Amino acid sequence: MGMTIAEKIIANAAGKGVVGAGEIHTVALDYLMSNDGTTHLTIDMYQKLRHPRIADTKKLVWIVDHNVPCDSPKTAASQKKMRDFAKDHGIDFYEGDGICHQIMAEKYVSPGMMIFGADSHTCTYGALGAFGTGVGCTDYLYGMVTGTSWVMVPETLQFRLHGKLGHGATARDLILTIIGQIGANGANYKAMEFTGDGLATLSMSDRLSICNLCVEAGAKTALMETDAVTLEYLKEHGSREVKAAYTSDPDAVFAKVYEIDLDQIVPVVARPHFVDSVVPTTESKGTRINEAFLGSCNNGRIEDLRLGAEIVKGRKVAPHVRFLVVPASRDVYLEALKEGLLQTFLDAGAIVMNPNCSVCWGSCQGVIGEGEVLISTGTRNFKGRAGDKNSFVYLGSAATVAASAIKGAIAGPEDL
Amino acid sequence: MGRVFRFDQDVDTDQIIASQYLLYPTIDEMKVHTFESLNGDFAKEVRPGDFVVASDNFGCGSSREQAASVLKALGVKAVFARSFARIFYRNAINIGLPAIVCRDLYDHVREGDQISFDLEGGKVFANGQEYACTALPVHLQKILNQGGLIASLDKEDA
Repeated sequence: MGMTIAEKIIANAAGKGVVGAGEIHTVALDYLMSNDGTTHLTIDMYQKLRHPRIADTKKLVWIVDHNVPCDSPKTAASQKKMRDFAKDHGIDFYEGDGICHQIMAEKYVSPGMMIFGADSHTCTYGALGAFGTGVGCTDYLYGMVTGTSWVMVPETLQFRLHGKLGHGATARDLILTIIGQIGANGANYKAMEFTGDGLATLSMSDRLSICNLCVEAGAKTALMETDAVTLEYLKEHGSREVKAAYTSDPDAVFAKVYEIDLDQIVPVVARPHFVDSVVPTTESKGTRINEAFLGSCNNGRIEDLRLGAEIVKGRKVAPHVRFLVVPASRDVYLEALKEGLLQTFLDAGAIVMNPNCSVCWGSCQGVIGEGEVLISTGTRNFKGRAGDKNSFVYLGSAATVAASAIKGAIAGPEDL
Repeated sequence: MGRVFRFDQDVDTDQIIASQYLLYPTIDEMKVHTFESLNGDFAKEVRPGDFVVASDNFGCGSSREQAASVLKALGVKAVFARSFARIFYRNAINIGLPAIVCRDLYDHVREGDQISFDLEGGKVFANGQEYACTALPVHLQKILNQGGLIASLDKEDA
């Protein structure tokens, strides 16, 4: 019987010829990424181990990205612990350079890899053909000490994409539409695989955005085939080698197959407080906002900033709106600077911030107050996610966010 | 016996412990904020031996292990749900907090009910009725029996 991409990566990492869904295997890990959300707790546990040791320091990548720059003495203590430990043990360490998943995509991930990240959006790496999955700090520590972990081989939902996006829809509208269709636990324990002729029409930025959000349907990982777009991205980002380029076999078994016509996708928003509460943007138009956020590991790449800048160029942010623009990494920031996009945003009245998770994780920058409404390109709209427990977050594309910032209410570019 | 604290479906880990507390240096400093947005009195009222009972997809969202850790630190004996999001489930077992799938319990208990739990037998007793739980996969049962993943690692190293 044939195997899916997920099964092939696990088989390779487990040193097995064939694996099947539901089996539990011990796998070798290619990278273990951790950020400031939990690393201080991992270090505490590490220091209490009977025999503290690191299997392979070169496999560890530590990134301070959640509260940057630091916002309080307590956070400072936790980040200092992380910084000192990384330095003492020679661990690759980044701080202020960008959001962890963007840095991993730009510098580390290669097709065929098995990667654990102490962050739920580690499934982003599927855009580059790697099996990335989010874990807690105990799983992380076990991987750090042994270089291995256990995984249950997931069933796969296959999404066959056809045609091309139109109607002002973006990749983010596509994945939000899919999540709305299958629900917040529609892919729980499963892999979401994307294939079909429509895949070739999507840029790497689109693909990272799609895979990134799959955890919001509960997915264990997201996966895409390695093609010319993948190879070009790898070449442009450090000429990384391909570990293994996999495609699902024709006779692989899928839990379910979905046929998606890209030209049927329209701009959508996810309404408070659930990512699967998805409706066409037209249904929410006119909802007054207090803040707009363009950024995050989902939608803070140069392509997103270009789209947003094109819309705000020559216009002004509505007087009652704070518009936060947060490039996903230092490289994205520098490119946006070079292209004059930051000037465009600043001229329009936006607040341009340093690369970090910002208000998407609701603990550092731009948190919103009681009763306030945020339209965001972030990853989640859970109750209280962006600040006060009685505040409201709508998720939309870069185009919807930029247009809404100008309009002062949820809007599309066509409304300006 | 312990009391039931009941929650609905799709309880995400931001509701269990909000982002602004995650970088506090210790779990003990975070735990007083558990379930703050859903039940502001939870951390004050919960006693060691009490239970959390929820509907589907408990613990969805962020991978923050703190969500499982604060519940354990407050003495929650087990979390029962109709289903769990996978990262929370894995985290809970890894730290030795029983996360138990019990399909029927949620519809038959109310906030404050007294229930008891037989982990080895996989049964919950509530309001004179017995409810069967879904058995953990053998691999996970082994981790739980050893007191969590790190305890099992230390055991191998002994």
